[in-house]
Amino acid sequence: MNKILIIIKREFLTRARKKSFIILTLAVPILFALFYAFLIFMMVHDDKEVRNVAVINESTIEQPVTSTEYTKYKYLKDVNFEKEKNNLLEKDYYAVLYLPKDIIEKNEAELFSKMQVPMEVKNRISKQVSFKIENLKKNAILSKIGIPDLDKQLAATKTRIELKTLKLDVESGTAKESSSEILSILGMVGGFIIYMFILMYCTQVMRGVIEEKSNRIVEVIISSVKPFQLMIGKIIGIALVGLTQFLIWIVFIGILFIVGQLILMPNIDMETLRQTTDMAQLAQTSGMDIEQLNIASSLSKTLDPGMLSNYALYFLFFFIGGYLLYASLFAAIASAVDSETETNQFMTPLMIIMVAALYIGIAAMKNPESALAFWASVIPFSSPIVMLVRIPFGVPTWEIIVSMVSLIATVIALIALSAKIYRVGILMYGKKVTYKELWKWLRY
Amino acid sequence: MTFFEAINIDKNYANHKALDKVSISIPKGSVYGLLGPNGAGKTSLIRIINQITAPDSGEIIFDGQPLKPSDVNRIGYLPEERGLYKKMKVGDQAVYLATLKGLSKTEAKKRLKHWFDKFEISTWWDKKVEELSKGMAQKIQFIITILHEPELLIFDEPFSGFDPINANLLKNEILNLKDNGTTIIFSTHNMSSVEEICTDIALINNSKKIVEGTVEEIRMKHSTNKFEICYEGNTDCLEELSKQFNISNQHSNNNQHFFDIIKSNEIETNQLISKIIENNKLVSFREIIPTMNDIFIQLVDNNNKK
Repeated sequence: MNKILIIIKREFLTRARKKSFIILTLAVPILFALFYAFLIFMMVHDDKEVRNVAVINESTIEQPVTSTEYTKYKYLKDVNFEKEKNNLLEKDYYAVLYLPKDIIEKNEAELFSKMQVPMEVKNRISKQVSFKIENLKKNAILSKIGIPDLDKQLAATKTRIELKTLKLDVESGTAKESSSEILSILGMVGGFIIYMFILMYCTQVMRGVIEEKSNRIVEVIISSVKPFQLMIGKIIGIALVGLTQFLIWIVFIGILFIVGQLILMPNIDMETLRQTTDMAQLAQTSGMDIEQLNIASSLSKTLDPGMLSNYALYFLFFFIGGYLLYASLFAAIASAVDSETETNQFMTPLMIIMVAALYIGIAAMKNPESALAFWASVIPFSSPIVMLVRIPFGVPTWEIIVSMVSLIATVIALIALSAKIYRVGILMYGKKVTYKELWKWLRY
Repeated sequence: MTFFEAINIDKNYANHKALDKVSISIPKGSVYGLLGPNGAGKTSLIRIINQITAPDSGEIIFDGQPLKPSDVNRIGYLPEERGLYKKMKVGDQAVYLATLKGLSKTEAKKRLKHWFDKFEISTWWDKKVEELSKGMAQKIQFIITILHEPELLIFDEPFSGFDPINANLLKNEILNLKDNGTTIIFSTHNMSSVEEICTDIALINNSKKIVEGTVEEIRMKHSTNKFEICYEGNTDCLEELSKQFNISNQHSNNNQHFFDIIKSNEIETNQLISKIIENNKLVSFREIIPTMNDIFIQLVDNNNKK
């Protein structure tokens, strides 16, 4: 037992002290934070460049476009468009908008410029002109029918229902407001991170085993410890590296959350946000935009601390379970080969299973109750990924228990099998290993 | 006194027999040469002694008790295929491997310092193994093998990869350890090193032990009764001897005559000498004792013919 601890310590320290680990662990959250800060900045930051657009209007539409603060439209009369368009662009005009006579019939207009027009400008013009034409057509029909104020009455029929999704907790009988979009995102992020973690750290297990074998240090070590101790020590040591990284990232995200909240909503604490039902009033008292407040509110209601910490515990369990399952297989495969290039024939099936699990996870995000999602979240090879996607939507307790028990049982069985292959494999050199050969080793 | 004993060890792999009822008995404080051609089963036997693999049947007695898992801490093993973690620092690595043999960290550091000073390699402590040459790495491995002061040391081809100077250093260390009472198993096919340091040997061929005993016994057993003689005088004596015995390699230089003779058991060595010195002056008389190399080849050949 003591010797396993020594091995775990070495496996952990050699990796956790590596520069690449420290950089990855610290740089990834910082990069993420910077990336989102940049995105938010881009969204908040308006396009402030003033653009003059010349409009040559040959159609019957009056004032098809209206100037805004930054885009100024100048209507030019009696200009021969074909002759003048180059001249106009040479002058102060950023672009020339040409609305032909038959625009209403053909739905086509032209915007000329020397540089590519930004999407926003193009969309704004197209929207404005379309709206004008729509109104013209509508008014023509309305005047034919002759009901007074029909347009106002029609406008009043416009409805948009705010559909709140509430999850009913059968045991306590309380309903909880939650957003299915946010749940989908949480589930998918969880499933994807678990996929990445398993892949990343299982690859490290594989490399570690191959390193020991190709360095020929393995025989020295197993004259001091049992091969099983070496294998399990390595697997646990690397798992601890992964968990350390996970923990650091959680702390980072927590800090980001608090800092973000302080910057974006300095006057409101999460608890009031969660309990307030009258958003309009809260918006007034805190001096915030009501739309932003709505998003923040649904975020905080869906992701309450109890739910998040529960989810983190599930994540931990399924990460450890899934990692142990694949790591033991990776270790067995690595022990059987002489170099990493030879692992392909054994790795491919495992990779296919993992990628399939990820895709089933994506499908489960759309329909968490489907038979495929159910089975994939109970079968151990895919359950760590798929179950994590499903859990935010609410999974019956018995399903989670079945999934966990079958995962634990499979992990134990696979570690036992892998240990048998590993024991033989690490001392075999220069032998092309086949599945048949592995089967034989199991019975040595 | 027997320190280590293996009795009727059988080991089978999927399609071949690695060891067939092999028994060896190693006296305490001996340097026991485990000899045999490649693939004879030496490494299989060594791995069983190290408890890396288990025998299919047979018994192993270590210091009077059946071999048990905790005995790995009393055994030191330098395998033929040996290496170190390339990216790990020499000192850290040596401490790690020593703690796996049951030493405490402080004790391991203390002893390592002693050995590093002795071998004048203290400056290597913080170097990574990949910065060392093969011979340097071998030295580290040797130190790691003996650091926990094992009672039984197993060296599998220890001299491969060493230059003559370092090989000599290593040989002296092995002899030192022997003088301090360590029992040493020495697996090799380098026969000259066997003659220099082994006290006992066993020869394994085709999964079977074919010979075991002290080096002296085995050489005596295989002595060919052949002598190399030179005397000064006339050729009469030589002619007379050639009637009675098988003489070869004969040549003369003025009145000195050189020849090899195979003596039959009917005549004692002394009688042979007195025959020569009757009328001549004896210059040299030497028994030609077969080298371990000759014995090895002869035994393996004979065994394979059977």
